Amino acid sequence: MRITQGCFSFLPDLNDEQIAAQIEYCLGKNWAIGVEYTRDPHPRNTYWNMWGNPMFDLKDAAGVMMEIRDCRKANPENYIRINAFDSTRGWETVRMSFIASRPKVEPTIEMTRLETGGRNIQYTHVTRY
Amino acid sequence: MAATFNLREAFQTSGVAEILDTLDRELIGLAPVKQRIRETAALLMVERVRKDLGLAHETPTLHMSFTGNPGTGKTTVANRMAGLLHKLNYVRKGQLVSVTRDDLVGQYIGHTAPKTKELLKKAMGGVLFIDEAYYLYKPDNERDYGQEAIEILLQVMENQRDDLVVILAGYADRMAKFYESNPGFRSRIAHHIDFPDYTDAELLHIAEIMLDQQSYRFSPKARDAMGDYIKTRRTQPHFANARSIRNALDRTRLRHANRLLETGDGIVTPEMLSTVEEPDVRNSRVFSQGGSVEKQTIA
Ligand SMILES: Nc1ncnc2c1ncn2[C@@H]1O[C@H](COP(=O)(O)OP(=O)(O)OP(=O)(O)O)[C@@H](O)[C@H]1O
Ligand SMILES: [Mg+2]
Repeated sequence: MRITQGCFSFLPDLNDEQIAAQIEYCLGKNWAIGVEYTRDPHPRNTYWNMWGNPMFDLKDAAGVMMEIRDCRKANPENYIRINAFDSTRGWETVRMSFIASRPKVEPTIEMTRLETGGRNIQYTHVTRY
Repeated sequence: MAATFNLREAFQTSGVAEILDTLDRELIGLAPVKQRIRETAALLMVERVRKDLGLAHETPTLHMSFTGNPGTGKTTVANRMAGLLHKLNYVRKGQLVSVTRDDLVGQYIGHTAPKTKELLKKAMGGVLFIDEAYYLYKPDNERDYGQEAIEILLQVMENQRDDLVVILAGYADRMAKFYESNPGFRSRIAHHIDFPDYTDAELLHIAEIMLDQQSYRFSPKARDAMGDYIKTRRTQPHFANARSIRNALDRTRLRHANRLLETGDGIVTPEMLSTVEEPDVRNSRVFSQGGSVEKQTIA
């Protein structure tokens, strides 16, 4: 099941050249770049593993691409996402986030309904590998 | 008719000619260095045109080694080099990241690789300048973490030639030893540029330019005194070429200011405020102490 989250996820996967171009865009805005990875793309899993510290003060995307390549090598069949953080006062938040790698075979996220008192429905999503 | 290309015009319009001219104007002496830079620029220009005209071309490797005594302009030239390579489209961004051993090598196991990589990443798109590079290698300690930094550097210098240029700098004799023990570096560096010591006349010229940049000038007699200062200073310990001149001028300005304040009636003109007189130079300790000022601040 194709996981969609962050920017561009309804497009075909970005190739490395396109990823680098997006990173150039972020660096041009002085955003710090973080690389994160996980096996669990569940939408409630907001804490992915950090691949090293976020990178401040880079001038060129080549440095980030190096980290992405290393991260892929160390964590094959993981999701890898790029977060671009804007430290400007008032923003202080991730301004852009996109998936840069996904496993060949993606897990499915299954929804189950549980009817409780007063005919309320509780929904649960479970990642199935 | 075969396609033609106006090389000289491209040279002018790319801004490269301009950089080389400023380099010529602002840096005194350094003839062999300037010559090598011109040649490198020409090579890159020709490669670019060959590429445009569809001829076989191979991006040359531009990692460099700058050797020379202290204050001979290595750091200054490295800075210009970054700008020049940027204008020539050889590096994408053109920043200079200047480091020494402590920036690259960590204190404990697992500390070095992230440190080295962090700086490499910052230098990508530009130039990584490693000053006194031989400190990376400590032959008497085989567990030294410097070795780890060296290995990462070698790998990136080889595999990411398009992403950054590495310039190693240091004193000639120690660099020679360093390359002997680290053949990996030697083979990855195609350009060895030697920075000669400045002649007395060049140093005097540099002194005048430095003063001029701060809107001061020598009186004719002060200029002669500066000439004598340079001759004497050169024979004393810790002589550092242009840097010694810069330091001497800083102290000369102190004495100049003090003289204005302490002598006469305290009325000054713009002329007086910007003219360095003979005693401002002559009252330096360099003249009184002869050759034995080791370990002492030379004033
Ligand atoms: N040719 C020159 N013309 C004018 N100024 C110069 C020249 N060469 C060096 N300088 C000045 O001298 C000072 C020292 O130069 P620089 O720092 O480049 O020397 P360095 O070779 O890197 O010395 P070190 O080996 O000690 O690091 C700087 O302030 C620089 O501006
Ligand atoms: Mg230096």
